[in-house]
Amino acid sequence: DGSGDNEEGSAAENEENVKGTDKGRKRATPRTARGHGRGRARHGDEENEDDEDGTRRAGHHRHRNRRRGRAAGNEGSDSDTEATKARKNQANQKSKEGDEEEEDGKGGKSGKGKNEKKADKKPDKKGKKEKANKKKKDKKKSGSGSDSDSEEEPITEEELAKLKEEVEEKKKLIATLRNKPWKMKKKLSVLKEAQLFVEKFEGALGKGKGKKFYAYKVMMTKKWMKFQRDFENFKTACIPWEMKIKEIESHFGSSVASYFIFLRWMYGINMILFGLTFGLVMVPEALMGKPYGSLPRKTVPRAEEATAMNFATLWDFSGFAQYSVLFYGYYNNQRTIGWLKFRMPLSYFLVGVGTIGYSFMIVIRTMARNANDDGGGDDTSFNFSWKMFTSWDYLIGNPETADNKFASITTSFKEAIVEEQESRKEENIHLTRFLRVLANFLALCTLAGSGYLIFFVVRRSQKFALEGLENYGWWERNEVNMVMSLLGMFCPTLFDVISSLENYHPRIALRWQLGRIFALFLGNLYTFIIALMDEINLKARYLLPFTIFNMPLGKNEEMRTSKEKIVKYNMTIWEASLYNGTIPENSTAPPIQVDPADVPRGPCWETMVGQEFVRLTVSDTMTTYITILIGDFLRAVFVRFFNYCWCWDLEYGFPSYSEFDISGNVLGLIFNQGMIWMGSFYAPCLPAINVFRLHTSMYLQCWAVMCCNVPQERVFKASRSNNFYMAMLLFILFLSTLPAVYTIVSIPPSFDCGPFSGKTRMFEVISETLEHDFPSWFGKVFGYASNPGLILPFILLMVLSIYYLNATSKSYKEANLELKKKLQ
Amino acid sequence: MLLSDRSPPGNGRKECKVRWKRQTPCSQRSEGLIHQTSLSFCLRLFYRYRDLAPQLVPLDYTDKPAVTLPYELIASMPELKDNPFRQRIAEVFSEHGDGNMTLDNFLDMFSVLSEMAPRDLKAYYAFKIYDFNNDDYICKSDLEKTVNKLTRNELTPEEVSLVCEKVIYEADVDNDGKLSLEDFQHMIIRAPDFLSTFHIRI
Repeated sequence: DGSGDNEEGSAAENEENVKGTDKGRKRATPRTARGHGRGRARHGDEENEDDEDGTRRAGHHRHRNRRRGRAAGNEGSDSDTEATKARKNQANQKSKEGDEEEEDGKGGKSGKGKNEKKADKKPDKKGKKEKANKKKKDKKKSGSGSDSDSEEEPITEEELAKLKEEVEEKKKLIATLRNKPWKMKKKLSVLKEAQLFVEKFEGALGKGKGKKFYAYKVMMTKKWMKFQRDFENFKTACIPWEMKIKEIESHFGSSVASYFIFLRWMYGINMILFGLTFGLVMVPEALMGKPYGSLPRKTVPRAEEATAMNFATLWDFSGFAQYSVLFYGYYNNQRTIGWLKFRMPLSYFLVGVGTIGYSFMIVIRTMARNANDDGGGDDTSFNFSWKMFTSWDYLIGNPETADNKFASITTSFKEAIVEEQESRKEENIHLTRFLRVLANFLALCTLAGSGYLIFFVVRRSQKFALEGLENYGWWERNEVNMVMSLLGMFCPTLFDVISSLENYHPRIALRWQLGRIFALFLGNLYTFIIALMDEINLKARYLLPFTIFNMPLGKNEEMRTSKEKIVKYNMTIWEASLYNGTIPENSTAPPIQVDPADVPRGPCWETMVGQEFVRLTVSDTMTTYITILIGDFLRAVFVRFFNYCWCWDLEYGFPSYSEFDISGNVLGLIFNQGMIWMGSFYAPCLPAINVFRLHTSMYLQCWAVMCCNVPQERVFKASRSNNFYMAMLLFILFLSTLPAVYTIVSIPPSFDCGPFSGKTRMFEVISETLEHDFPSWFGKVFGYASNPGLILPFILLMVLSIYYLNATSKSYKEANLELKKKLQ
Repeated sequence: MLLSDRSPPGNGRKECKVRWKRQTPCSQRSEGLIHQTSLSFCLRLFYRYRDLAPQLVPLDYTDKPAVTLPYELIASMPELKDNPFRQRIAEVFSEHGDGNMTLDNFLDMFSVLSEMAPRDLKAYYAFKIYDFNNDDYICKSDLEKTVNKLTRNELTPEEVSLVCEKVIYEADVDNDGKLSLEDFQHMIIRAPDFLSTFHIRI
């Protein structure tokens, strides 16, 4: 350990107060001794005392000897030292003579360093003898130079290697110094010594050149780190509503936050859908299409003109709103518009299809990514310990954040405790099974009952309608709607009660609850539609007021063709009359300049469907907001303020504050999105409305949650992926694209409105484009490619590759698990 | 830990100490290794320290005045004010375990809590901080204190004791019913966000 000692000694010389006491235990004794020596040597230096110089030099030589000895495996034998003393003296003298030679600072330094080092070794003994010799020479004390000279010459390879080693060691010490849990003082002294040593000897070894570069590099690394950090912060700051969601999460737990994260995700999707429809359909039509009033389809009909600007009309999305870019019917079937030769119908078609395609892609991709996250598996072996020791963020320096953090830590502990209790829960397995089967049976009964009720009510309403609604009261007229909304209100509560039988983990219970309500809504919807279609098929003549979507399905098919014929027939008559001037009411206007408002037109069922969806969306939004205001806010106000003058405790007693209804809100969001997907083909404005809705509901619900709700009794941890929500969303997406695709593929579009008028099917716009805008060979190739002979093998190939990929991913997962096991 | 691996050999406060020394004639040589960034970090710390009590702390530290700031001043720093463990932190780093700090202690504290400090060092001091009764083991009472500080006593005693049992069950490798430094390190080193949370930017 001679090397270590050396450096300490030398460094200590520079630092007055280091007594050398703070080194490791092993070295303690030699160091103190050396320290004294050192201290003395230092004084000598300063005062130019010859004696001391001598001592030093002697020590130095001695040291060298010792090193050699060590190299030979023979540490500091006394005989050696004695023998070499004479030699040393000579060497010293020689070196003094060589004083005149030039020295660079480094050489000098290093030389000195060594001197000191050696002096430290065994200063007392040797010093005395050589002192005498040296005295004269050292007098003027350009000592450094002379010393270095004397040393540099005799330096051997061995020594060099040794030195290098030492330097490396010291460097390592410097590098790892911060890892040592020492007090500052000790660290400082050790560091200083090590630094000095390295500095000196790096110079001697010609290695110090890179220092500046190194410093620069370090600086750049730090700058880069800082930049990265700032960039991360920036990225976090760019995530919308992150703070709000974090705050909610800290007070209400991750399950409530998962709803808001889902809402935010939905908002992102809708932004993109909105961008597509707005940028590629609405704006081009508004800018480059024919202006309002130039065509019958772009004009409000004469009969509606009077009320077209009324607020009630606009609110209902008729009047001017109906004859604007907001709806399908406004678009012209001109192949290209404007100076850009923008292919409007093609663009409309592609955006419609692209919306659906994009939604599918993004939902599936998100699901896959989430599944990945889940598959990575979180290591829960230290769940509680990590929560306890790493959950407080020491960076927090603001009381509000600290409050949130306390809340969130408490919440997360509670979540973990619930998980723990759930896993500990011991239960009678038979009883639980029985209860669960019973609960499912009850839920199924409820579903079936509600389905039958709706079927019954729809049938009855048909009867009422046939007999004339005037004969009946308000209830009979609105029976269907009322029954449906009542079922929607009470069945979830019923399911809630049922699910308390099952004794599931709250997270699983939420899933069951979601699944059941989902089934209820869908079931009701489909019973409604089936009952409706049944009736329509029986009495095809009666036109129902449609309040629920799926308008284009059965009814239109039959109605349309006959109706269209009638309208077309009427129009021919009307046209003929124009030219003949035989029919009196037209004779007033000159036949050629008929106002577009006066032209008779056929029913534009696409616009009607679009309107229906827009109205539904708006009313749904309104209902949600009003429910929040009344159900949450007013209730909270009532509970809060009437608690002062009430006979029982309102806050903990009966009404209390409401909890956030996760399942209801998630389902509302999903169904709403289903409507958007279904309707946006007929009403390009629908994504815009939805973006607005989601935006406002984000703020409103965040506010409502924070201000009027209380956390659930058992805060539970949401699964990290929202894949259950996603799966439902995917299902709804599938269901809602069915009618849209159906209309595109198999229903002829209206003949006098919309971008596809005049075609027998909407998708013909593709073949038309192929014909006109692509070279003929392309059309041929496309024709071949769409041959079933090619498509079927292609589908087969895809299925096979899906199968293959699935199998590989499974095997990877297994391998993953295997590896994990091995790791533990 | 990647950060710490890449970090430069000279450590912030040590060099900054050097820099104060530099004003004295005997230590010009060490300048070479001082990095500008660590220096500024150091100086910033010094000024922060001084700002706590400008009337007590001199600007000139060359003659090493023995200045000690009381715990109340240290705890009033915005970085520590909201920290539930501020008292423990101050005690662990202070000279006599009473929370009163000299400049050296102060530098020590923030160097350990700085971004540059390596994980092992942080783990060591984290252990000391959570070891409330200084017996070199984190035992159940320490854990209970920690939980209560973290949750502001919002958990019921049963919940607290459940949590503590779970922690000991998870992290106690040698089954002695309390966490030794090794147990603690073994557990904390695997924690994904220990480094990012046990860290004060100043």
